[in-house]
Amino acid sequence: MSTATGSEHIVKSFDTELARLTRELQRMGELALVQLDAAIDAVVERDSDAARRVVNDDARIDALEHEISHDVIRLLALRQPMARDLREVLAGLRIATDIERIGDYAANVAKRSLVLNQSAPVQLVSALPRLADLARNLVEQVLEAYRDNDADKALDAWANDEELDEQYTSLFRELLTYMMEDPRNITPCTHLLFMAKNLERIGDHATNIAENVYFLVHGTMIEQERRKGDATTLLPVDDPR
Amino acid sequence: MTDAQFATVSAVAPTVAAVQGVAKSAPKMAARDLDFFYNGFHALKNVNFEIAEKRVTALIGPSGCGKSTLLRVFNRIYSIYPKLEAKGEVLLDGENILDPGYSLNRLRSKVGMVFQKPVPFPMSIYDNIAYGIRHHEKLSKSEMDVRVEQALTQGALWGEVKDKLKQSALGLSGGQQQRLCIARAIALRPEVILLDEPTSALDPIATGKIEQLVAELKDHFTIAIVTHNMQQAARCSDFTAFMYLGELVEFGDTETLFTKPAKKQTEDYITGRFG
Repeated sequence: MSTATGSEHIVKSFDTELARLTRELQRMGELALVQLDAAIDAVVERDSDAARRVVNDDARIDALEHEISHDVIRLLALRQPMARDLREVLAGLRIATDIERIGDYAANVAKRSLVLNQSAPVQLVSALPRLADLARNLVEQVLEAYRDNDADKALDAWANDEELDEQYTSLFRELLTYMMEDPRNITPCTHLLFMAKNLERIGDHATNIAENVYFLVHGTMIEQERRKGDATTLLPVDDPR
Repeated sequence: MTDAQFATVSAVAPTVAAVQGVAKSAPKMAARDLDFFYNGFHALKNVNFEIAEKRVTALIGPSGCGKSTLLRVFNRIYSIYPKLEAKGEVLLDGENILDPGYSLNRLRSKVGMVFQKPVPFPMSIYDNIAYGIRHHEKLSKSEMDVRVEQALTQGALWGEVKDKLKQSALGLSGGQQQRLCIARAIALRPEVILLDEPTSALDPIATGKIEQLVAELKDHFTIAIVTHNMQQAARCSDFTAFMYLGELVEFGDTETLFTKPAKKQTEDYITGRFG
Protein backbone atom coordinates (compact mmCIF):
# COMPACT_ATOMS: atom_id res chain seq x y z
CA MET A 1 0.00 0.00 0.00
CA SER A 2 1.28 3.46 -0.73
CA THR A 3 0.74 5.80 2.18
CA ALA A 4 -0.72 9.27 2.02
CA THR A 5 2.62 10.93 1.36
CA GLY A 6 2.59 9.15 -1.98
CA SER A 7 5.93 7.38 -2.06
CA GLU A 8 6.94 4.10 -0.56
CA HIS A 9 9.59 3.35 2.00
CA ILE A 10 12.96 2.09 0.82
CA VAL A 11 12.44 -0.82 3.19
CA LYS A 12 9.29 -2.37 1.71
CA SER A 13 8.38 -4.43 4.77
CA PHE A 14 7.82 -1.18 6.68
CA ASP A 15 5.02 -0.33 4.21
CA THR A 16 3.60 -3.81 4.64
CA GLU A 17 3.48 -3.41 8.42
CA LEU A 18 1.86 0.02 8.28
CA ALA A 19 -0.71 -1.27 5.79
CA ARG A 20 -1.46 -4.17 8.11
CA LEU A 21 -2.11 -1.75 10.97
CA THR A 22 -4.56 0.25 8.85
CA ARG A 23 -6.32 -2.93 7.73
CA GLU A 24 -6.68 -4.23 11.27
CA LEU A 25 -8.18 -0.94 12.40
CA GLN A 26 -10.66 -0.92 9.54
CA ARG A 27 -11.67 -4.45 10.38
CA MET A 28 -12.06 -3.53 14.02
CA GLY A 29 -14.22 -0.54 13.08
CA GLU A 30 -16.45 -2.67 10.86
CA LEU A 31 -16.90 -5.17 13.67
CA ALA A 32 -17.90 -2.39 16.08
CA LEU A 33 -20.53 -1.17 13.61
CA VAL A 34 -21.91 -4.69 13.19
CA GLN A 35 -22.08 -5.01 16.98
CA LEU A 36 -23.88 -1.69 17.36
CA ASP A 37 -26.48 -2.62 14.71
CA ALA A 38 -27.00 -6.04 16.26
CA ALA A 39 -27.40 -4.54 19.74
CA ILE A 40 -30.09 -2.10 18.62
CA ASP A 41 -31.89 -4.86 16.66
CA ALA A 42 -31.84 -7.01 19.78
CA VAL A 43 -33.41 -4.18 21.80
CA VAL A 44 -36.14 -3.43 19.27
CA GLU A 45 -36.95 -7.09 18.56
CA ARG A 46 -36.69 -8.03 22.26
CA ASP A 47 -34.43 -10.86 21.11
CA SER A 48 -32.47 -12.07 24.14
CA ASP A 49 -30.48 -14.66 22.18
CA ALA A 50 -29.25 -12.02 19.77
CA ALA A 51 -28.38 -9.75 22.71
CA ARG A 52 -26.30 -12.53 24.29
CA ARG A 53 -24.45 -13.03 21.00
CA VAL A 54 -23.54 -9.34 20.95
CA VAL A 55 -22.24 -9.55 24.52
CA ASN A 56 -20.12 -12.59 23.66
CA ASP A 57 -18.80 -11.20 20.37
CA ASP A 58 -17.30 -8.18 22.09
CA ALA A 59 -14.30 -10.41 22.84
CA ARG A 60 -13.44 -10.39 19.12
CA ILE A 61 -13.03 -6.61 19.16
CA ASP A 62 -10.94 -6.82 22.32
CA ALA A 63 -8.71 -9.42 20.68
CA LEU A 64 -8.14 -7.14 17.70
CA GLU A 65 -7.23 -4.31 20.02
CA HIS A 66 -4.58 -6.50 21.65
CA GLU A 67 -3.21 -7.38 18.26
CA ILE A 68 -3.01 -3.73 17.27
CA SER A 69 -1.24 -2.75 20.52
CA HIS A 70 1.26 -5.47 19.88
CA ASP A 71 1.83 -4.30 16.30
CA VAL A 72 2.24 -0.71 17.44
CA ILE A 73 4.84 -1.65 20.06
CA ARG A 74 6.72 -3.64 17.46
CA LEU A 75 6.62 -0.82 14.91
CA LEU A 76 7.88 1.66 17.49
CA ALA A 77 10.68 -0.61 18.69
CA LEU A 78 11.87 -1.99 15.37
CA ARG A 79 11.14 0.79 12.87
CA GLN A 80 11.57 3.97 14.91
CA PRO A 81 8.96 5.78 12.82
CA MET A 82 9.32 9.53 12.31
CA ALA A 83 7.03 12.40 11.35
CA ARG A 84 3.94 11.20 9.45
CA ASP A 85 4.85 7.54 10.07
CA LEU A 86 5.02 8.21 13.79
CA ARG A 87 1.65 9.94 13.75
CA GLU A 88 0.17 7.04 11.83
CA VAL A 89 1.36 4.59 14.46
CA LEU A 90 0.28 6.72 17.43
CA ALA A 91 -3.09 7.59 15.91
CA GLY A 92 -3.56 3.87 15.18
CA LEU A 93 -3.05 3.01 18.84
CA ARG A 94 -5.45 5.71 20.05
CA ILE A 95 -8.12 4.93 17.47
CA ALA A 96 -8.00 1.25 18.46
CA THR A 97 -8.71 2.25 22.07
CA ASP A 98 -11.71 4.33 20.97
CA ILE A 99 -13.12 1.56 18.78
CA GLU A 100 -12.69 -0.89 21.64
CA ARG A 101 -14.76 1.42 23.87
CA ILE A 102 -17.41 1.76 21.16
CA GLY A 103 -17.61 -2.05 21.13
CA ASP A 104 -17.98 -2.07 24.92
CA TYR A 105 -20.86 0.38 24.77
CA ALA A 106 -22.63 -1.67 22.11
CA ALA A 107 -22.26 -4.74 24.34
CA ASN A 108 -23.58 -2.75 27.32
CA VAL A 109 -26.68 -1.77 25.37
CA ALA A 110 -27.25 -5.44 24.53
CA LYS A 111 -26.71 -6.48 28.14
CA ARG A 112 -29.32 -4.03 29.47
CA SER A 113 -31.81 -5.17 26.84
CA LEU A 114 -31.75 -8.58 28.55
CA VAL A 115 -33.14 -6.92 31.69
CA LEU A 116 -35.69 -4.90 29.73
CA ASN A 117 -36.96 -8.09 28.12
CA GLN A 118 -37.94 -9.40 31.55
CA SER A 119 -40.66 -6.74 31.92
CA ALA A 120 -43.45 -5.54 29.65
CA PRO A 121 -42.47 -3.65 26.46
CA VAL A 122 -41.91 0.05 26.97
CA GLN A 123 -43.18 2.51 24.40
CA LEU A 124 -40.08 4.64 24.61
CA VAL A 125 -37.73 1.99 23.26
CA SER A 126 -38.49 3.42 19.82
CA ALA A 127 -36.48 6.54 20.65
CA LEU A 128 -33.29 4.50 20.98
CA PRO A 129 -32.86 3.54 17.29
CA ARG A 130 -32.98 7.22 16.37
CA LEU A 131 -30.10 7.91 18.72
CA ALA A 132 -28.29 4.78 17.57
CA ASP A 133 -28.59 5.87 13.93
CA LEU A 134 -26.91 9.18 14.69
CA ALA A 135 -24.13 7.45 16.62
CA ARG A 136 -23.68 4.86 13.91
CA ASN A 137 -23.43 7.48 11.18
CA LEU A 138 -20.79 9.33 13.14
CA VAL A 139 -18.71 6.20 13.61
CA GLU A 140 -19.08 5.27 9.96
CA GLN A 141 -18.09 8.77 8.91
CA VAL A 142 -14.92 8.86 11.03
CA LEU A 143 -13.90 5.37 9.89
CA GLU A 144 -14.24 6.53 6.28
CA ALA A 145 -12.24 9.64 7.12
CA TYR A 146 -9.53 7.39 8.56
CA ARG A 147 -9.55 5.08 5.55
CA ASP A 148 -9.33 7.99 3.07
CA ASN A 149 -7.00 10.20 5.13
CA ASP A 150 -9.72 12.81 4.84
CA ALA A 151 -9.29 15.48 7.53
CA ASP A 152 -12.24 17.52 6.23
CA LYS A 153 -14.61 14.61 6.62
CA ALA A 154 -13.22 14.05 10.11
CA LEU A 155 -13.87 17.69 10.94
CA ASP A 156 -17.48 17.38 9.70
CA ALA A 157 -18.10 14.33 11.85
CA TRP A 158 -16.49 16.06 14.77
CA ALA A 159 -18.97 18.94 14.45
CA ASN A 160 -21.92 16.58 13.92
CA ASP A 161 -21.61 15.04 17.37
CA GLU A 162 -23.52 18.06 18.64
CA GLU A 163 -26.72 16.74 17.08
CA LEU A 164 -26.33 13.43 18.91
CA ASP A 165 -25.77 15.28 22.18
CA GLU A 166 -28.95 17.30 21.64
CA GLN A 167 -31.01 14.21 20.86
CA TYR A 168 -29.67 12.58 23.98
CA THR A 169 -30.60 15.58 26.10
CA SER A 170 -34.15 15.57 24.81
CA LEU A 171 -34.49 11.82 25.36
CA PHE A 172 -33.18 12.31 28.88
CA ARG A 173 -35.92 14.87 29.58
CA GLU A 174 -38.56 12.61 28.10
CA LEU A 175 -37.53 9.63 30.23
CA LEU A 176 -37.53 11.76 33.37
CA THR A 177 -41.10 12.80 32.59
CA TYR A 178 -42.20 9.18 32.20
CA MET A 179 -40.63 8.21 35.47
CA MET A 180 -42.40 11.03 37.29
CA GLU A 181 -45.74 10.11 35.75
CA ASP A 182 -45.65 6.50 36.87
CA PRO A 183 -43.14 5.00 39.33
CA ARG A 184 -43.51 1.61 37.60
CA ASN A 185 -41.63 3.15 34.68
CA ILE A 186 -38.58 3.83 36.82
CA THR A 187 -36.84 0.49 36.32
CA PRO A 188 -37.14 0.24 32.54
CA CYS A 189 -36.56 3.96 32.05
CA THR A 190 -33.39 3.86 34.16
CA HIS A 191 -32.04 1.12 31.94
CA LEU A 192 -33.05 3.10 28.87
CA LEU A 193 -31.27 6.14 30.28
CA PHE A 194 -28.06 4.20 30.62
CA MET A 195 -28.45 2.77 27.13
CA ALA A 196 -28.99 6.25 25.74
CA LYS A 197 -25.94 7.46 27.62
CA ASN A 198 -23.93 4.61 26.10
CA LEU A 199 -24.97 5.71 22.63
CA GLU A 200 -24.10 9.31 23.43
CA ARG A 201 -20.65 8.15 24.61
CA ILE A 202 -20.16 6.30 21.32
CA GLY A 203 -20.49 9.69 19.65
CA ASP A 204 -17.79 11.10 21.93
CA HIS A 205 -15.42 8.30 20.96
CA ALA A 206 -16.21 8.96 17.32
CA THR A 207 -15.14 12.58 17.83
CA ASN A 208 -11.93 11.33 19.44
CA ILE A 209 -11.27 9.29 16.33
CA ALA A 210 -12.03 12.36 14.20
CA GLU A 211 -9.47 14.34 16.21
CA ASN A 212 -6.88 11.62 15.66
CA VAL A 213 -7.54 11.51 11.93
CA TYR A 214 -7.09 15.28 11.79
CA PHE A 215 -3.84 14.97 13.78
CA LEU A 216 -2.66 12.18 11.53
CA VAL A 217 -3.17 14.26 8.39
CA HIS A 218 -2.11 17.70 9.59
CA GLY A 219 0.17 17.04 12.56
CA THR A 220 -1.81 19.50 14.67
CA MET A 221 -4.87 19.26 16.90
CA ILE A 222 -8.27 20.60 15.87
CA GLU A 223 -8.30 24.12 17.21
CA GLN A 224 -11.94 25.22 17.23
CA GLU A 225 -13.90 24.74 20.38
CA ARG A 226 -16.82 22.38 20.10
CA ARG A 227 -20.07 23.39 21.74
CA LYS A 228 -21.14 20.64 24.11
CA GLY A 229 -24.71 19.60 23.35
CA ASP A 230 -25.10 17.26 26.33
CA ALA A 231 -26.85 19.60 28.73
CA THR A 232 -28.15 16.85 31.05
CA THR A 233 -25.40 17.45 33.60
CA LEU A 234 -26.98 20.84 34.25
CA LEU A 235 -30.61 19.71 34.19
CA PRO A 236 -32.49 20.41 37.44
CA VAL A 237 -34.12 17.39 39.02
CA ASP A 238 -37.31 19.06 40.11
CA ASP A 239 -38.37 20.40 36.72
CA PRO A 240 -37.65 18.09 33.83
CA ARG A 241 -39.75 20.25 31.50
CA MET B 1 -15.49 15.94 32.63
CA THR B 2 -17.91 18.87 32.94
CA ASP B 3 -17.18 22.16 31.26
CA ALA B 4 -16.52 23.78 34.61
CA GLN B 5 -14.00 21.09 35.60
CA PHE B 6 -12.36 21.34 32.22
CA ALA B 7 -12.04 25.10 32.50
CA THR B 8 -10.25 24.69 35.85
CA VAL B 9 -7.82 22.14 34.50
CA SER B 10 -7.01 24.14 31.39
CA ALA B 11 -6.43 27.26 33.45
CA VAL B 12 -3.80 25.44 35.54
CA ALA B 13 -2.03 23.51 32.78
CA PRO B 14 0.68 25.47 30.96
CA THR B 15 -0.16 26.11 27.33
CA VAL B 16 1.89 24.47 24.62
CA ALA B 17 2.85 27.89 23.33
CA ALA B 18 4.33 28.84 26.70
CA VAL B 19 6.49 25.72 26.80
CA GLN B 20 7.76 26.20 23.26
CA GLY B 21 8.34 29.90 23.72
CA VAL B 22 12.00 29.44 24.70
CA ALA B 23 13.85 32.42 23.35
CA LYS B 24 16.12 31.65 20.43
CA SER B 25 19.74 32.46 21.21
CA ALA B 26 21.76 34.72 18.95
CA PRO B 27 23.56 33.20 15.93
CA LYS B 28 27.21 32.48 16.60
CA MET B 29 27.98 31.65 12.99
CA ALA B 30 26.05 32.30 9.83
CA ALA B 31 26.39 31.49 6.15
CA ARG B 32 25.09 34.17 3.80
CA ASP B 33 24.46 33.39 0.11
CA LEU B 34 27.20 30.79 0.30
CA ASP B 35 28.27 28.92 -2.84
CA PHE B 36 31.08 26.39 -2.97
CA PHE B 37 32.86 24.81 -5.90
CA TYR B 38 35.10 21.74 -6.04
CA ASN B 39 37.09 22.22 -9.19
CA GLY B 40 34.04 23.66 -10.94
CA PHE B 41 31.50 21.29 -9.30
CA HIS B 42 28.83 23.34 -7.58
CA ALA B 43 28.68 21.66 -4.16
CA LEU B 44 26.84 24.30 -2.13
CA LYS B 45 24.12 26.39 -3.72
CA ASN B 46 23.19 29.70 -2.18
CA VAL B 47 23.12 28.39 1.38
CA ASN B 48 21.77 30.66 4.10
CA PHE B 49 22.03 29.18 7.53
CA GLU B 50 22.71 30.04 11.15
CA ILE B 51 24.34 28.26 14.05
CA ALA B 52 22.88 29.41 17.37
CA GLU B 53 25.24 30.17 20.23
CA LYS B 54 25.62 27.46 22.90
CA ARG B 55 23.23 25.18 21.10
CA VAL B 56 23.72 22.01 19.10
CA THR B 57 22.91 22.28 15.42
CA ALA B 58 22.75 19.09 13.38
CA LEU B 59 23.25 18.79 9.62
CA ILE B 60 21.59 15.82 7.98
CA GLY B 61 21.10 14.66 4.42
CA PRO B 62 22.08 11.85 2.06
CA SER B 63 25.68 11.30 1.01
CA GLY B 64 26.96 14.01 -1.28
CA CYS B 65 24.36 16.58 -0.21
CA GLY B 66 27.02 19.03 0.92
CA LYS B 67 26.66 18.81 4.68
CA SER B 68 30.32 17.95 5.35
CA THR B 69 31.39 20.57 2.81
CA LEU B 70 29.36 23.18 4.65
CA LEU B 71 30.94 22.15 7.96
CA ARG B 72 34.40 22.37 6.44
CA VAL B 73 33.78 25.85 5.09
CA PHE B 74 33.07 26.92 8.67
CA ASN B 75 36.74 26.60 9.55
CA ARG B 76 38.12 27.05 6.03
CA ILE B 77 39.71 23.65 6.06
CA TYR B 78 39.29 23.60 2.27
CA SER B 79 41.82 26.40 1.92
CA ILE B 80 44.71 23.92 2.01
CA TYR B 81 43.54 22.47 -1.30
CA PRO B 82 43.85 24.30 -4.62
CA LYS B 83 40.93 24.77 -7.02
CA LEU B 84 38.39 24.98 -4.22
CA GLU B 85 36.40 28.15 -4.08
CA ALA B 86 33.84 29.63 -1.70
CA LYS B 87 31.64 32.60 -2.62
CA GLY B 88 29.43 34.52 -0.25
CA GLU B 89 30.00 35.11 3.43
CA VAL B 90 30.50 33.03 6.53
CA LEU B 91 30.18 35.17 9.63
CA LEU B 92 31.66 34.37 13.01
CA ASP B 93 30.39 36.91 15.55
CA GLY B 94 29.60 39.13 12.59
CA GLU B 95 33.06 38.95 10.97
CA ASN B 96 33.49 37.33 7.57
CA ILE B 97 35.91 34.44 8.03
CA LEU B 98 36.18 33.88 4.27
CA ASP B 99 37.90 37.25 4.00
CA PRO B 100 41.58 36.44 3.23
CA GLY B 101 42.46 39.03 5.86
CA TYR B 102 40.92 36.82 8.58
CA SER B 103 43.91 34.84 9.88
CA LEU B 104 43.64 31.07 9.73
CA ASN B 105 45.37 30.77 13.08
CA ARG B 106 42.81 33.02 14.71
CA LEU B 107 39.98 31.13 13.04
CA ARG B 108 41.24 27.69 14.07
CA SER B 109 41.71 28.82 17.67
CA LYS B 110 38.05 29.79 17.74
CA VAL B 111 36.59 26.98 15.65
CA GLY B 112 37.72 23.44 16.44
CA MET B 113 36.94 20.36 14.42
CA VAL B 114 36.65 16.62 15.11
CA PHE B 115 36.49 14.09 12.29
CA GLN B 116 34.76 10.82 11.59
CA LYS B 117 37.83 8.71 12.20
CA PRO B 118 39.63 9.47 15.45
CA VAL B 119 43.12 10.72 14.61
CA PRO B 120 45.22 10.94 17.75
CA PHE B 121 48.79 12.13 17.22
CA PRO B 122 51.38 9.33 17.59
CA MET B 123 52.48 10.57 20.99
CA SER B 124 51.43 10.27 24.62
CA ILE B 125 47.90 11.03 25.79
CA TYR B 126 49.25 14.03 27.71
CA ASP B 127 51.13 15.41 24.71
CA ASN B 128 48.13 14.97 22.42
CA ILE B 129 46.37 17.60 24.53
CA ALA B 130 49.42 19.76 25.28
CA TYR B 131 50.65 19.92 21.67
CA GLY B 132 48.05 22.38 20.45
CA ILE B 133 48.15 24.47 23.61
CA ARG B 134 51.95 24.92 23.30
CA HIS B 135 51.36 26.18 19.79
CA HIS B 136 49.21 29.04 21.08
CA GLU B 137 50.32 29.73 24.66
CA LYS B 138 53.41 29.61 26.87
CA LEU B 139 52.47 27.77 30.05
CA SER B 140 54.50 26.47 33.01
CA LYS B 141 54.53 22.72 33.70
CA SER B 142 52.00 23.02 36.50
CA GLU B 143 49.72 25.30 34.46
CA MET B 144 49.89 22.85 31.60
CA ASP B 145 49.04 19.94 33.92
CA VAL B 146 45.91 21.79 35.01
CA ARG B 147 44.91 22.53 31.42
CA VAL B 148 45.42 18.93 30.33
CA GLU B 149 43.37 17.63 33.26
CA GLN B 150 40.65 20.19 32.53
CA ALA B 151 40.44 19.26 28.89
CA LEU B 152 40.41 15.52 29.58
CA THR B 153 37.76 16.00 32.26
CA GLN B 154 35.58 18.03 29.89
CA GLY B 155 36.17 15.36 27.28
CA ALA B 156 34.81 12.77 29.77
CA LEU B 157 38.07 10.80 29.55
CA TRP B 158 40.05 11.85 32.65
CA GLY B 159 38.85 9.01 34.87
CA GLU B 160 39.91 6.43 32.31
CA VAL B 161 43.36 7.82 31.47
CA LYS B 162 44.60 9.71 34.52
CA ASP B 163 46.98 6.88 35.49
CA LYS B 164 48.44 6.44 32.03
CA LEU B 165 48.97 9.93 30.70
CA LYS B 166 52.46 9.06 29.48
CA GLN B 167 51.29 6.08 27.45
CA SER B 168 50.73 6.32 23.71
CA ALA B 169 47.31 7.58 22.66
CA LEU B 170 47.28 4.93 19.96
CA GLY B 171 46.67 2.29 22.66
CA LEU B 172 43.25 3.74 23.51
CA SER B 173 40.03 2.21 22.20
CA GLY B 174 38.24 3.88 19.29
CA GLY B 175 35.70 5.57 21.56
CA GLN B 176 38.42 6.79 23.90
CA GLN B 177 40.47 8.07 20.96
CA GLN B 178 37.48 10.04 19.74
CA ARG B 179 36.92 11.57 23.16
CA LEU B 180 40.65 12.39 23.22
CA CYS B 181 40.21 14.22 19.91
CA ILE B 182 37.29 16.15 21.37
CA ALA B 183 39.35 16.94 24.48
CA ARG B 184 42.19 18.08 22.24
CA ALA B 185 39.83 20.44 20.43
CA ILE B 186 38.43 21.71 23.73
CA ALA B 187 41.91 22.29 25.19
CA LEU B 188 42.39 25.28 22.87
CA ARG B 189 39.26 26.83 24.40
CA PRO B 190 37.47 27.29 21.10
CA GLU B 191 34.09 28.95 20.84
CA VAL B 192 32.67 26.63 18.21
CA ILE B 193 33.20 22.87 17.85
CA LEU B 194 32.46 21.21 14.52
CA LEU B 195 31.86 17.45 14.64
CA ASP B 196 31.92 15.57 11.36
CA GLU B 197 30.28 12.16 11.84
CA PRO B 198 31.99 11.81 15.23
CA THR B 199 30.43 8.46 16.12
CA SER B 200 30.10 6.63 12.83
CA ALA B 201 33.10 4.44 13.65
CA LEU B 202 32.05 3.78 17.25
CA ASP B 203 29.94 1.13 18.99
CA PRO B 204 26.64 2.12 20.67
CA ILE B 205 28.15 2.53 24.14
CA ALA B 206 30.97 4.76 22.92
CA THR B 207 28.38 6.61 20.81
CA GLY B 208 26.23 7.16 23.89
CA LYS B 209 29.21 8.60 25.76
CA ILE B 210 29.95 11.04 22.94
CA GLU B 211 26.30 12.10 22.78
CA GLN B 212 26.26 12.66 26.54
CA LEU B 213 29.47 14.65 26.15
CA VAL B 214 27.89 16.81 23.46
CA ALA B 215 24.98 17.53 25.79
CA GLU B 216 27.41 18.64 28.53
CA LEU B 217 29.61 20.67 26.22
CA LYS B 218 26.83 22.84 24.87
CA ASP B 219 26.77 24.82 28.10
CA HIS B 220 30.16 26.21 27.14
CA PHE B 221 30.49 25.80 23.40
CA THR B 222 28.55 26.25 20.21
CA ILE B 223 28.33 22.90 18.45
CA ALA B 224 27.57 21.84 14.90
CA ILE B 225 27.38 18.13 14.11
CA VAL B 226 27.14 16.34 10.79
CA THR B 227 25.57 12.92 11.12
CA HIS B 228 24.13 10.17 8.98
CA ASN B 229 22.29 8.85 11.97
CA MET B 230 18.96 10.68 12.10
CA GLN B 231 18.11 9.35 15.54
CA GLN B 232 21.37 10.84 16.74
CA ALA B 233 20.46 14.23 15.28
CA ALA B 234 17.04 13.91 16.91
CA ARG B 235 18.55 12.92 20.26
CA CYS B 236 21.27 15.48 20.68
CA SER B 237 20.54 18.61 18.65
CA ASP B 238 18.44 21.70 19.28
CA PHE B 239 18.24 22.69 15.62
CA THR B 240 18.47 20.59 12.50
CA ALA B 241 19.22 21.45 8.91
CA PHE B 242 18.29 19.08 6.10
CA MET B 243 20.42 19.37 2.96
CA TYR B 244 19.92 17.81 -0.44
CA LEU B 245 21.98 18.19 -3.63
CA GLY B 246 23.92 21.14 -2.27
CA GLU B 247 20.87 23.06 -1.12
CA LEU B 248 19.57 23.73 2.33
CA VAL B 249 16.06 22.33 2.04
CA GLU B 250 14.76 22.94 5.52
CA PHE B 251 16.07 24.34 8.76
CA GLY B 252 14.21 24.45 12.03
CA ASP B 253 14.06 23.35 15.62
CA THR B 254 14.78 19.65 15.88
CA GLU B 255 11.45 18.64 17.35
CA THR B 256 9.45 20.25 14.55
CA LEU B 257 11.74 18.95 11.84
CA PHE B 258 11.39 15.37 13.03
CA THR B 259 7.70 15.44 13.90
CA LYS B 260 6.16 17.84 11.43
CA PRO B 261 8.60 18.88 8.71
CA ALA B 262 7.36 21.61 6.38
CA LYS B 263 8.85 20.20 3.17
CA LYS B 264 7.92 16.94 1.53
CA GLN B 265 11.57 16.21 0.68
CA THR B 266 12.47 16.42 4.37
CA GLU B 267 9.57 14.17 5.32
CA ASP B 268 10.54 11.62 2.67
CA TYR B 269 14.13 11.59 3.86
CA ILE B 270 13.51 11.28 7.60
CA THR B 271 10.84 8.62 7.13
CA GLY B 272 13.17 6.55 4.96
CA ARG B 273 11.44 7.07 1.62
CA PHE B 274 14.46 8.17 -0.35
CA GLY B 275 18.09 8.88 0.33
